[in-house]
Amino acid sequence: MERLRLISRDFGNSRARKLDYYRAHGGYQAALKALDEMAPRRITEEVIKSNLRGLGGAGFPVGRKWSFVPSNTGKPIYLVVNADEGEPGTFKDRYIMEWDPHRLLEGMIICARAVGIHTAYIYIRGEYVHPERILREAIEEAYREGILGSRVLGRDFSLDVHMHVGAGAYICGEETGLLESLEGKKGWPRLKPPFPAVVGAFGCPTVINNVESLTYLPHIVANGGEWFANLGSERNGGLRLFSLSGDVKRPGVYELPMGTPLRELIYGCGGGMADGKQLKAVIPGGSSAAVLTADEIDVPLDFDHLARIGSMLGSAGIVVMAEDVCMVEAMRVISHFYAHESCGQCTPCREGTGWVARTVDAIHSGRARRRSVEDLMQIADNMSGTSICALCDGAAMPLRSFLVKFRGEFDYHLKHGRCDLKRPVPAVARSGVFQAPTGSGGIPGAGQE
Amino acid sequence: MSFEFSRERRERLESLLKVYPTRRAALLPALHLVQEQLGHVSPEGEEHVARILGLPVIDVHEVLTFYTLYRTRPMGRRHIRLCTSISCWVRGCRSVQRYLEEKLEVASGGTTTDGEFSWEAVQQCMGACELAPMMQVGNDYHGPVSRSEVDRILDGETSREEG
Ligand SMILES: Cc1cc2nc3c(=O)[nH]c(=O)nc-3n(C[C@H](O)[C@H](O)[C@H](O)COP(=O)(O)O)c2cc1C
Ligand code: SF4
Ligand code: FES
Repeated sequence: MERLRLISRDFGNSRARKLDYYRAHGGYQAALKALDEMAPRRITEEVIKSNLRGLGGAGFPVGRKWSFVPSNTGKPIYLVVNADEGEPGTFKDRYIMEWDPHRLLEGMIICARAVGIHTAYIYIRGEYVHPERILREAIEEAYREGILGSRVLGRDFSLDVHMHVGAGAYICGEETGLLESLEGKKGWPRLKPPFPAVVGAFGCPTVINNVESLTYLPHIVANGGEWFANLGSERNGGLRLFSLSGDVKRPGVYELPMGTPLRELIYGCGGGMADGKQLKAVIPGGSSAAVLTADEIDVPLDFDHLARIGSMLGSAGIVVMAEDVCMVEAMRVISHFYAHESCGQCTPCREGTGWVARTVDAIHSGRARRRSVEDLMQIADNMSGTSICALCDGAAMPLRSFLVKFRGEFDYHLKHGRCDLKRPVPAVARSGVFQAPTGSGGIPGAGQE
Repeated sequence: MSFEFSRERRERLESLLKVYPTRRAALLPALHLVQEQLGHVSPEGEEHVARILGLPVIDVHEVLTFYTLYRTRPMGRRHIRLCTSISCWVRGCRSVQRYLEEKLEVASGGTTTDGEFSWEAVQQCMGACELAPMMQVGNDYHGPVSRSEVDRILDGETSREEG
């Protein structure tokens, strides 16, 4: 049976980027429906019914977030699109922007109509030069054809869309760090409350949503919230994109219903393990998620099921690790990332992430004191729930899980300064074949031929 | 060396100023424009931007140094960023990293003696893990990269400008 695809169907088809193609395939019909046939409140109601969750990482119900925006402040309301995509292991938003930019713009129009927004900013990470260019072209096309601007699709509704290019900082993916960065400052997250819905960009009420969250809106408006909800699992509406990478045969972006077992993603979509190896561990939701062992992969992939086993679905960046991956060194890579990216505002985060990185280094090389693993557990506890933003928890969560689930490897390293695993350099079999004309991007789910 | 925007870039900055409710919000794009023109952001570039946006130079400097994509000194004609984050590490970026050191005869963060290449090992995932191990050369993503791929990419098009 062919898999249902809502937003990934045209990935890999460069014609689909163009407005005439998009329109010929029903594009902007949902936006028209939202403008002509639905009261703004009804749009939000449908989105609430759809159980669409925020797909940037936190999983907060999208419609409910919109409903917190006050409409009577006399100030403009902004839409800010989070296209910073920085969670290690995640690359789905790039595919949307590269292959289906108009669907994102249509979703933005729907959100703008529902909330009463007339100005939107797309905050895109600076490395995404090609996706940025494609998106800019799509925006220009949309302006030219009267889809954006003072009369959206010829209706009495205006929406301006601007691109804002980031400059390399993971913390700017955090919504309030992003707002600071949009305002021309360092990306230092803000204390909440007030939440951005009330005080966001430039002191005004603001909706911040992830690229993918917005891209599902046209389908929800076209087919109804209930239809979308029924495609997924309980409280997790619809489908979502999974970024699959690491030691699998076919890495790529796959669109699956919420609640699909992780096993199916790895062995069905991904074609199983690369290089004929055994599975050892999986990071299920970007590197901030707790790692899973090979016997946990029957978990249904949705926000609630992963939370129940002490991990998280997060951005659905799924990194597969084979039997010969050293978990101590993997933790080194992860912990140095957080130490580097902590913005330094909060002491537990600034000191904690640095301390963790140094301690994992010491364990790795066998220089650590005997109780270092216990020390790390304690640091992890002190880092949780004590800081301005979730980066700090995102650093503590994988740490704790690595220590508990792969304790033996940490103990061995502590004693011997090496592991008993020998990992040869993985074969890079299909070197170069992923290169799209834009210099980026393989074709997801299409076997990358 | 004094710095001033080319006319075209000055115009682009002027139109950018119209899309935000504050002048300061144009700071990141303005610094990108300096880097586009000069290859890096010089102290004179900072001052120029500070003057146009009406900001203290120290504010501009603080922002400039917070972000990793701004370069404060000249780089090679082509800049290489090798991803060393988790998926690229799982798929063998360390071997590519060693090869770049060997081939370019300079450590991460450095520039080759002929000024052709500069390179760095980057800790942030670049959002292209399906290409792991991957690297960015100029604006383009490449992957999976092996030693021979590195040769092909770097030797094949040495005269091309970063663009
Ligand atoms: C450290 C950190 C980094 C984040 N990075 C991203 C990101 O790159 N992209 C994203 O969409 N959300 C990211 N988020 C989540 C955002 O804060 C926010 O929840 C999201 O933009 C809301 O949109 P959504 O509800 O549509 O998911 C990050 C959060 C944290 C704490
Ligand atoms: S938790 Fe860390 S990254 Fe977040 S605001 Fe505090 S110091 Fe910055
Ligand atoms: S880990 Fe290298 S691109 Fe994601």
